[in-house]
Amino acid sequence: MSGGLEIPVRVVEIEQATDTVKRFRLAARSGEKLPLFSAGAHVVVSMQDGGHRIRNPYSLIDRSADGLSYRIGVLRTPNSRGGSIFMHDRVAVGSELVISMPVNLFPIVRTGRKHILVAGGIGITPIYAMAEELRSRSQPYELHYAMRDAAHGAFVQELAERHGDKLRLYRDDRQEVIRVDEILPNQPLGTHLYVCGPGGMIDAILAGGRAAGWPAENLHSERFLAPPGGDPFRAALARAGITVEVGPHQSLLEAIEEAGVDAPFLCRGGACGQCQTTVLSADGELVHNDHYLTEDEKASGRKIMTCVSRLKGRELVLDL
Amino acid sequence: MLVSEIKSRPVYGGLRVDGAARRHLVAAEGEGALAALAAFGAAPEALGRTAILYCPAGSAGQGHEAALQALGADAVYVTPSVETLLFRLNVMLGVATMGTRIYAAGREGFIGSVVAAAVAHGVDHHSIHTEHRGSLARRVQCVHCKGMTDNVTVTPFVCSHCGLTLFVRDHFSRRLGAFQGVCVDAEEPGVIPPAEELYR
Repeated sequence: MSGGLEIPVRVVEIEQATDTVKRFRLAARSGEKLPLFSAGAHVVVSMQDGGHRIRNPYSLIDRSADGLSYRIGVLRTPNSRGGSIFMHDRVAVGSELVISMPVNLFPIVRTGRKHILVAGGIGITPIYAMAEELRSRSQPYELHYAMRDAAHGAFVQELAERHGDKLRLYRDDRQEVIRVDEILPNQPLGTHLYVCGPGGMIDAILAGGRAAGWPAENLHSERFLAPPGGDPFRAALARAGITVEVGPHQSLLEAIEEAGVDAPFLCRGGACGQCQTTVLSADGELVHNDHYLTEDEKASGRKIMTCVSRLKGRELVLDL
Repeated sequence: MLVSEIKSRPVYGGLRVDGAARRHLVAAEGEGALAALAAFGAAPEALGRTAILYCPAGSAGQGHEAALQALGADAVYVTPSVETLLFRLNVMLGVATMGTRIYAAGREGFIGSVVAAAVAHGVDHHSIHTEHRGSLARRVQCVHCKGMTDNVTVTPFVCSHCGLTLFVRDHFSRRLGAFQGVCVDAEEPGVIPPAEELYR
């Protein structure tokens, strides 16, 4: 199928890391080892919520030493479309889920000479894996982790044990901010920066990198978007010869899948580009929410990322 | 010009001063000095943060040292050979910080050597500004004996190390900063197409 191979898994352990973050340990139902992955990778978790299926991308924290399980961290977001709430309220030890093969859109650049890792809140999950890989390879790195307050630092203790004075913590409740203007200007040539966290934080860190004279090639970020809702619209699939109704709380991709069409997808968060689809015509304005298409491509009105983008209008005709 | 179906064939985007950079490190060889003069002459505000390394060798019909000195950069170093220039460049890259942008202008072999030096210091080659000036002569590695031959202007040519007759491909190694030369008569020894001067 379009998302690649899937792995049926069972939840074998759940840890309440903070009030709002749970860590889930997932093992293959077959009892086999799970595939190796490179730090920064994510899986798409499929949840069966009654009649409909929710699929959310979650970064992998680690793979157990015996290779039999993965850990993911899930933040409960109250205004989500149900994925994180389903994981928090409906999933228990023993629950069965399906995950995609790991995909890495946020890899460590191996030619880099030093690595600056920056995480905000739940953005720590891929950064955790990256820091662990850099530590095990004895590569130079720094780890900067911002959180709301001590109670929201889901990984502080484990990180402090592993990374010692390479770890710097920042607490919003103490007005501690990550001073990019101090951290970035004097880093040695060949340093790479990786940031994951809330959108505003990512924008500020990347802007700080550019202000310090860093080239764009050394600034890396990952943000997964929940598909934003909006007014309902209709999508005609020209090749399949069918028309689907996209509900206000449904993504275009989900509506296409519910109609039984196997459309391309990978990350389901507007980051990877796999679901790029040609727009044949649109009766209305395309609302592009992804981080993949260039501004020119968005303005052309010829392409849409079905996982997070939609139409403000009546009908969209897609080459599907 | 410089259009090839081989993806590794470098494309030189031209020197443009990156206003966001904190420091500028310029390596120019031969006629490459003219590219540096054009780019930095149009960006006087950057000159106080600019170091220029220049080797007049290569294909230069005339020296550009006086013009580069008159530009008013923070520092201008003139070296007698490309090897000396690369040695100094490596020292400067070793202490450079992330706000430093690198510029290379001159023959392809020279640009390739500067890019290879910067990449070895962890720089992404996309962030290096390059401009091809002067001769089209290529630096070619013999894929059989691994020997390098500089200033190759014809294909096929005889490897200066092992004596095989090599066809010059557009296949470029960024690590070596050189095009690849492959034996032209491997299948029918002695059957060698006439040499064409392609890269004067």
